[in-house]
Amino acid sequence: MTAAAWLLALRAIVAREVLRFVQQRERFAAALVRPLLWLLVFAAGFRMALGVSITPPYETYVTYEVYIIPGLIGMIQLFHGMQSSLSMIYDREMGSMRMLLVSPLPRWYLLCCRLLAATLVSIVQVYLFLLIALAFGIAQPAWGYLTVLPALIVTGLALGAIGLLLSTTVPQLENFAGIMNFVIFPMFFLSSALYPLWKMQESSLLLYQICAVNPFTQAVELIRFALYGRLEPQALGWTLLTLTIALGLAIRGYSPAKGMTPRRTGAGD
Amino acid sequence: MGDRDQTMSPDLPPLQRSAPPALEVTNLSFGYERHGFRLDRVGFRIFPGAFSVLLGPNGSGKTTLLMLLTRLLDSREGTIRLSGFDLRTTPSQALRRMGVVFQQPTLDLDLTVRQNLRYFAALQGLTGRRTEQRIADELGRVELSDRQRDKVRTLSGGLRRRLELARAMLHEPALLVLDEPTVGLDVPTRARLVRHVHTLAREHGIAVLWTTHLIDEIDPLDQVIVLHSGRIVASGTATDIGSDEEGGIAAAFARLTAVARAPGSVVETFSE
Repeated sequence: MTAAAWLLALRAIVAREVLRFVQQRERFAAALVRPLLWLLVFAAGFRMALGVSITPPYETYVTYEVYIIPGLIGMIQLFHGMQSSLSMIYDREMGSMRMLLVSPLPRWYLLCCRLLAATLVSIVQVYLFLLIALAFGIAQPAWGYLTVLPALIVTGLALGAIGLLLSTTVPQLENFAGIMNFVIFPMFFLSSALYPLWKMQESSLLLYQICAVNPFTQAVELIRFALYGRLEPQALGWTLLTLTIALGLAIRGYSPAKGMTPRRTGAGD
Repeated sequence: MGDRDQTMSPDLPPLQRSAPPALEVTNLSFGYERHGFRLDRVGFRIFPGAFSVLLGPNGSGKTTLLMLLTRLLDSREGTIRLSGFDLRTTPSQALRRMGVVFQQPTLDLDLTVRQNLRYFAALQGLTGRRTEQRIADELGRVELSDRQRDKVRTLSGGLRRRLELARAMLHEPALLVLDEPTVGLDVPTRARLVRHVHTLAREHGIAVLWTTHLIDEIDPLDQVIVLHSGRIVASGTATDIGSDEEGGIAAAFARLTAVARAPGSVVETFSE
């Protein structure tokens, strides 16, 4: 296989992901409605109950809506990462993954392409979300819209890699609700997405410690600082580590020697 | 994984008598730890132009064998060669010589016929003009040329199968593998698909491996491999296998696989 063939495959996988996303209107809408509900309803109600004091990267008091934005961006990427990996199992799409895996390119490369494609689509969603938020008057620093991009690539890849890993290891979960309950919600609530960690520390040290090591917290903080043009090295380090480990294990899980399919499909015949 | 096989010729060997079998399976064994299920020293060869039927009741090991052939599973015991290329040591070269129609639908319903084909062509490394030419050829062959801008969702089950067949042929594989491709199709559509793939084998020298549990999909001269409990219990032409039995291959299949069902229902004909 030549380099051209590798690029060709990458382009095709990305194009397919984008086309699929754009043409499935309901999915497109759902992906935006979810964070917007949090932002425009939940956050609006909560701003009265919860004051966010000055905490980096913010240099002044910010409204709760502003505080919650990075968390919701993370949520978009987490959701999309899970959905795009797990759809391969749940939407009777196991077949399309098989189709991908029987192509002559190395499997690790195909998985990386798919991860990259999912990340790009999640970034499109994020920018649409930011645009709608802006229309409702919830603005970020102007250059923040640009400086957040590299962070979004890293966090999108890391959260997508977690999804990819789950698709290899999770035993039969009945449907997406299982993933919501046992993965997405715990990751989301046990993080700095909805409240600063020092607030959590006041109420429970144990919960605080769980929040602090949650890879989702690191991703959210990376986005939060990037929106203000700042690099959070610790968050970057942890997110890259998450990406490396999750992707490495996912690739191992998809190797033919591991037999990715029979465990889930129970295909004994 | 990958391209360790650069030293070997990237081109398909010409179709001739000395050509290696399109598929050669030797001493292949495989077991699931939990199920204790095994494929036991399975071996067979399929030459270019041959239509081979892998016949076996549910649970015989057909699906496992198919997964091994398509490299979704890997076995350390035995070898699988495609046109001479070992699937384990030279997966890229080997996979390029195989087209697959999976039992489950694998098309993107919300994309058009053409978009589906383009995606697959790119994965196989086909570029620009070549892709367009191949898509035109294969769509013409399955009589879907006038539907290429339609979304797959609007196609009937039979048409979707034909599209999957066209897709599997895009990169001109030496071997076409079809895993119970007639599941869910009505009788005329089934018969038509069976005929079409026979023509592919006969006129274009494609080696075909067709798995089924339906006897009526077999022509008398097809090569038949009967799989039961993970072992090959008979192989030869359909006529040969059925020659010792009064009821022909249907009776032979019933006896070989000894399924505990009423004799009349063992062979499922037109019952889908």
